[in-house]
Amino acid sequence: MFDREEIDKIIKERERWEKTTLPKWINTRPERKNVFTNLSGIPIKRVYTPEDIKDMDYMRDLGFPGEYPFTRGLHATMYRGRLWTMRQFSGYGTAEQTNQRFKYLLKEGETGLSIAFDYPTIRGYDSDHPMARGEVGVCGVAVSSLKDMEILFDGIPLDKVTTSMTINGPAAMLLAMYIAVGDKQGVPREKLGGTTQNDMLKEFFAQKLIIFPPKPSVKLVTDIIEYCAKHLPKWNPISISGYHIREAGANAVQELAFTLYDGITYVESCLERGMKVDDFAPRLSFFFAAHNDFFEEIAKFRAARRLWAKIMKERFHAKNPRSMWMRMHVQTAGFTLTAQQPLNNIIRVTIQALAAVLGGTQSLHTNSFDEALALPSEQAVRIALRTQQIIAHESGVANTVDPLAGSYYVETLTNEMEEKAMEYIQKIDDMGGAIAAIEKGFFQKEIADSAYKYQKEIDEKKRIIVGVNEYSTEEKYPIEILRIDPKVEEEQIARLQKLRRERDNRKVKEVLEKLHYAAEKNVNLMPTIIDAVKAYATLGEICDVLRKVYGEYKELIVI
Amino acid sequence: MIGERKIRVLIAKPGLDSHDRGAKIVARALRDAGMEVIYTGLRQTPEQIVETAIQEDVDVIGLSILSGAHNTLFPRIMELLKQKGLTDVLVVAGGIIPDEDIPKLKEIGIKGFFGPGTPTDKIVRFILENTPKRREIS
Repeated sequence: MFDREEIDKIIKERERWEKTTLPKWINTRPERKNVFTNLSGIPIKRVYTPEDIKDMDYMRDLGFPGEYPFTRGLHATMYRGRLWTMRQFSGYGTAEQTNQRFKYLLKEGETGLSIAFDYPTIRGYDSDHPMARGEVGVCGVAVSSLKDMEILFDGIPLDKVTTSMTINGPAAMLLAMYIAVGDKQGVPREKLGGTTQNDMLKEFFAQKLIIFPPKPSVKLVTDIIEYCAKHLPKWNPISISGYHIREAGANAVQELAFTLYDGITYVESCLERGMKVDDFAPRLSFFFAAHNDFFEEIAKFRAARRLWAKIMKERFHAKNPRSMWMRMHVQTAGFTLTAQQPLNNIIRVTIQALAAVLGGTQSLHTNSFDEALALPSEQAVRIALRTQQIIAHESGVANTVDPLAGSYYVETLTNEMEEKAMEYIQKIDDMGGAIAAIEKGFFQKEIADSAYKYQKEIDEKKRIIVGVNEYSTEEKYPIEILRIDPKVEEEQIARLQKLRRERDNRKVKEVLEKLHYAAEKNVNLMPTIIDAVKAYATLGEICDVLRKVYGEYKELIVI
Repeated sequence: MIGERKIRVLIAKPGLDSHDRGAKIVARALRDAGMEVIYTGLRQTPEQIVETAIQEDVDVIGLSILSGAHNTLFPRIMELLKQKGLTDVLVVAGGIIPDEDIPKLKEIGIKGFFGPGTPTDKIVRFILENTPKRREIS
């Protein structure tokens, strides 16, 4: 971006500055540390100049927003056209309670719903399974059958909302229930809009909410992508997630590299099935964390977009520019919230959210300040949403596209994030791909090592966390805690058992047998699963059939 | 030869949540502090945890939970430990456990609570100071 002569002049001036001005300052005012690094361990220089980005080519590496390689953003006008989607994740108790909460959110102007399911649902257990004791409706809403899903969306027309479902192992079953509710409401399938997280690979080394082994898990993921490409054109069949990788302990470079590698693996799986890249790639979406190191995070989002565009174009020969789009949702990093002095978390979330916006996200969830202590209170949720609104309407950052482009520091860091992620991608290629890397425990070890290193740095005060290892006080902040009534579990179990008595059990047996047969034949299971949920076969029953065919995953423990 | 045996710790994840970052960090920190650490992995029932504690002959059980089901699962674990006669095992807990739940859990015999932000050396110290001393012939 600079001519040779100009760069030579800057280099000479830098050398002069290092000999004259700099020593005077360092001698009287030594720097706070010998080495400054970001959270990925990349050393940060004292000052960045055009010299650091001398090899960059504007059109090749940045270009214009809305054009390849999309470093500056997916849309030509970005937030001048439309602000990012403010989508807050919610769900608790029974389907009735969450239905009430959804109706309240819709009345307040939200158009995007985002469902949190409880752990038994996420694990593919019915609410009355022995493993579900004490967990029904606690961390999300319990959905054991189509009956629960009908109640969840009672009075909510599915053609008027979009729904994001944080569900992975049983994604096919929950999507089938959503489709079935749509069918009952008379909403054509091509009008259903929303997202299923449906990213199983990261489960094996990050979030670890797993039912089946890796290969059948990826098969089910691919079934959903294929089914949606044919029948649900407005649905995002997958949200390829770095968020959980980061939360489990990965640094920013690892989050970026492992997420993109998971994406590569899903694309390969679809291609192996005979799908054409431009038929499904435009609907792939991504999900990242926004952590504490402000510029590192911005660089990560920009690098992610550029790298994915290159991968889709060069590795998979996509032709449609939309296949090269990395549409992303960002959530501020839950791990960074402190239980000590919880109000400080409002500031952390603000900085993280700002990084996501400056990084060009399509959609954002801001955490509530009390979430290191319990499920968020209503007041805390409101402040979290207000944080986004203040950034959007008051700070002025949404007035121009990619305002940090051209910063010597941000561009250098963007290049470094991309290069380091590429090194990992190369390494995983050499290892034989993502499933091989999971089976070797490679991701697990990388993440555990980073998590331990981070904790050690805090323990040794090499990294300061305000209110935790420095500036601490004894004062306790009183918070109101959202408690789930144990009656929720009883009510939910009673409903489920009533359903099992009253439904046509012959029909259920028949659809489950059909499912068993289909699973053994290795065909796309979506149509059979839709039939099964419509006959009111429960989530647990459907998962049990597949557990028999596929087996259950046994955790590979890597400390 | 008579020697002091290393403190044996079981780090266990009861319940269905999968937040194992803290449990793994604690496991590693205790190991670095010279203890023998057994980590159960995720999704353990109270029965499985107590069974492992017996088989591994541990001195300490560290329970990590972030799902909110501690008030259901911890009493069950403590009850089973009592039934099996493991009353001298030191039980500590970490994760997301609201302050107001702690007195009741202390009453049933859980001795230490280490929430988010606890330095690992504090956990090490607590275990060193509170583990019942045992000697064995080796």
